[in-house]
Amino acid sequence: MLHIPILRHGVAYESIDQVELVHHATGTPIATVSQANSGMVARDISRMADDVLERFSVNDLIAKSKKAAELFMTASLPIGDTSQTFDDYIGLLSATTGMPITYCRNNADKIRRVLSDIDKVIHGLTRGFDLSILDQGYGSHNGGTLSYFREGRIFGAVLPSNSPGVHSLWVPAIALKAPIALKPGREEPWTPYRIIQAFCEAGVPREAFGFYPTSHAGAAELLRHVDRSMLFGDRKTTQPWQNDPKVEVHGPGFSKVILDDESADHWEKHLDLIATSIAANGGRSCINASSIWTPRNGRAIAEALADRLAKVEALAADDPDAEIAAFANPAVARAINSMIDNDLRTDGAVDLTKEIRGSDRLVEKERVSYLLPTVVWCEDHNHPLANREFLFPFASVVECPESDLLNAIGSSLVVTAITRNKPLIDSLMQSPNIDRLNIGSIPTYQLSWDQPHEGNLFEHLYRQRAFQVESVA
Amino acid sequence: MKAASTSQNAGSKSLDELVSDAKARLDEHTRETVSWHFDSSTGCPFWLDYAEKLKWDPRKEIQSYDDLDKFDSFQDEWLRGGPVRRWVPRALAEKPVYVFETGGSTGIPKSRINIDDFRIDYELFSQTLSVNSFPQGGDWLMLGPSGPRRLRLAVEHLCQHRGGICFCVDLDPRWVTKLVKSSRMQLMHEYKDHIVNQALTLLRAHDNIQCLFTTPKLLEALCEKVSLSKMGIKGVFCGGTQLTAQFHRFARDELLEGRVEFVPTYGNTLMGLACHKPFDPVDQYSVIYHAPSPRAMIEVVDPDQPDRLVEYGEVGRVRLTTLTKEFFMPRFLERDEAVRHRPCEAYPWDGAGDVRPFSGFATPIVEGVY
Repeated sequence: MLHIPILRHGVAYESIDQVELVHHATGTPIATVSQANSGMVARDISRMADDVLERFSVNDLIAKSKKAAELFMTASLPIGDTSQTFDDYIGLLSATTGMPITYCRNNADKIRRVLSDIDKVIHGLTRGFDLSILDQGYGSHNGGTLSYFREGRIFGAVLPSNSPGVHSLWVPAIALKAPIALKPGREEPWTPYRIIQAFCEAGVPREAFGFYPTSHAGAAELLRHVDRSMLFGDRKTTQPWQNDPKVEVHGPGFSKVILDDESADHWEKHLDLIATSIAANGGRSCINASSIWTPRNGRAIAEALADRLAKVEALAADDPDAEIAAFANPAVARAINSMIDNDLRTDGAVDLTKEIRGSDRLVEKERVSYLLPTVVWCEDHNHPLANREFLFPFASVVECPESDLLNAIGSSLVVTAITRNKPLIDSLMQSPNIDRLNIGSIPTYQLSWDQPHEGNLFEHLYRQRAFQVESVA
Repeated sequence: MKAASTSQNAGSKSLDELVSDAKARLDEHTRETVSWHFDSSTGCPFWLDYAEKLKWDPRKEIQSYDDLDKFDSFQDEWLRGGPVRRWVPRALAEKPVYVFETGGSTGIPKSRINIDDFRIDYELFSQTLSVNSFPQGGDWLMLGPSGPRRLRLAVEHLCQHRGGICFCVDLDPRWVTKLVKSSRMQLMHEYKDHIVNQALTLLRAHDNIQCLFTTPKLLEALCEKVSLSKMGIKGVFCGGTQLTAQFHRFARDELLEGRVEFVPTYGNTLMGLACHKPFDPVDQYSVIYHAPSPRAMIEVVDPDQPDRLVEYGEVGRVRLTTLTKEFFMPRFLERDEAVRHRPCEAYPWDGAGDVRPFSGFATPIVEGVY
């Protein structure tokens, strides 16, 4: 059987402790994954050469990233003792996560795009200063001296299994010269392993990579030992790290679409945008909308959305028409389902999709479970379901007066506000609780890669310092 | 005193003969122990009261180790709260009595009385340690749970028994458990650093410290800071929490750089101390424990039918039986599970491998730095 090793300073290591990954639908064993004990993670990170990428210029590493983009999409790359084509990768990814093949391809393309446009991404993060400043440590910018040093000596990431697109967020670290230690999600070792192999084939030294499938305790050791990190996870996982400036926390997004008085009156025009914001990529990302806020016509909007999304069926992952992912662990689907049903017992909210479909949202087919898209109409914005996020296409439509909106919505990763109302736009622009703001008909999931997403990786890794040097005659 | 290991006989007898001898000795020891605990002149109030409620006489009916199945499973709840003197055998009532505790992060800890058992257990264990790795006259560092636990005194006695002096650091595992349960991990790490820093100070100040007792987590933390081999440590005796095969390999080959002897053990206040089957590459770093028969036994049983042993190689729940003059504990179901292993020449009775927390419980057991 295929075996995925740990990579210790880039060298494969087979652990005694292994986890078996099975096909989400058939239960057929697919691979074993070596698990690192937590002490190993700590020991290896403290022994990583933090300057291994300093011998390259940022521009060299940008070129290698571009090369890696091509290799990621086209090459046969090593995995364990064998090699893997791009199609093998897509098949395995879908098999263990339950994500439709078509979405796996879309997400892979997102990773390719970030790697091949890495110069634009880094330009967005650094706001366009000459990147040789990072090679030399200082340089001239707009007539003054600009100096940066890298505080993120080793960069770490604790990664999720929900959607491979998130891997586009850590990949710029390599071009920014930070060696990385990754803890992949349990069902999704495939993407980070393949990205690492693509970088290595493109000429980035293997010692720059650590790959540690491990337990929660091992993940905590990783976060404690690296200098800067990203952590993906639910509220419970991310809460203990919320106030640690070394850790950039990517928790639930609570992304939203907001209508104002004017757009609420013409809501039919915006229905496509709202529906795709909820359901694109199987509704599995933090950038999918999980609530729609409108000053009026809430019930009508909810019914129209429900009518549209209730048509989505539970199809096999290899069906080209599949629009939602299967849950690789059916217990998770059951738990989410009963959580929603439980909250629906509180007056003031109704699951309209269930009424239209006439069947339960939970679909169980032998080993696998699906949660069908769910639109909940909430009369009261204080209802427990008004501002929630789940791992499938779920959204509440909430009615809330325009004047109360900003206080009521809480914090959001993405807000798409369909408005031309200047005072509302101004107050959204000033809100510290919105990470990404789209004004107008822009889907919540549409990213502009030349701007930072949920934190600026460059600022996370580098610190500016005052610097003067005596000129030598 | 009977030897814990019969390796000295191994050359002349077949394994089958050794197993059969050990079984005969265990049966005889069981009869003696039951007679002692259920005799009104020697036994303790707890078991004498217990016997009065039985419809059968243990002294007549228990003729072999297997007959102990006639008792219901020992309930560790019986050990919570007093009067603790009900556990002191009448024949030992005049002796100085220790009480050792286990558990107690919340609620009343379980108590076990002790007179000489901890010394006997650790002297037997001492016979299994090599003189090269745990030299006679070498000093020790005890870096593990202290306070009302047996381990602190037991390790000190082991050290003294081998002619050494034992240095100690305070460690309160109940506080660690509280910190972990309430997710105060930063505080937990500060506490761990506080422990490790004291250990490093002692190691640097006392050149003759050559042997170490510690727990897996503290071993990792120590080795993050120093090379124990360069600090003059020759042997590490490790226990206190779960120890996986992967950790065993990591500790032996990396933390201790293949240059310091690593002796994993499994024990608790209720049973005593089980020895690890001597390291053999064939075992793939599996940690296989054998109880100090006949004073105690570890068996691996079917969780749903605890009087049935699982087959060799199968996983089951750990069942402990303690048979000393100070403490009789028949058929106690431990919070652990393990793989049943065959007898070996050094220990010709069943072993338990890859011990880990019992997966049949609803909530996981919390383990921290200790």
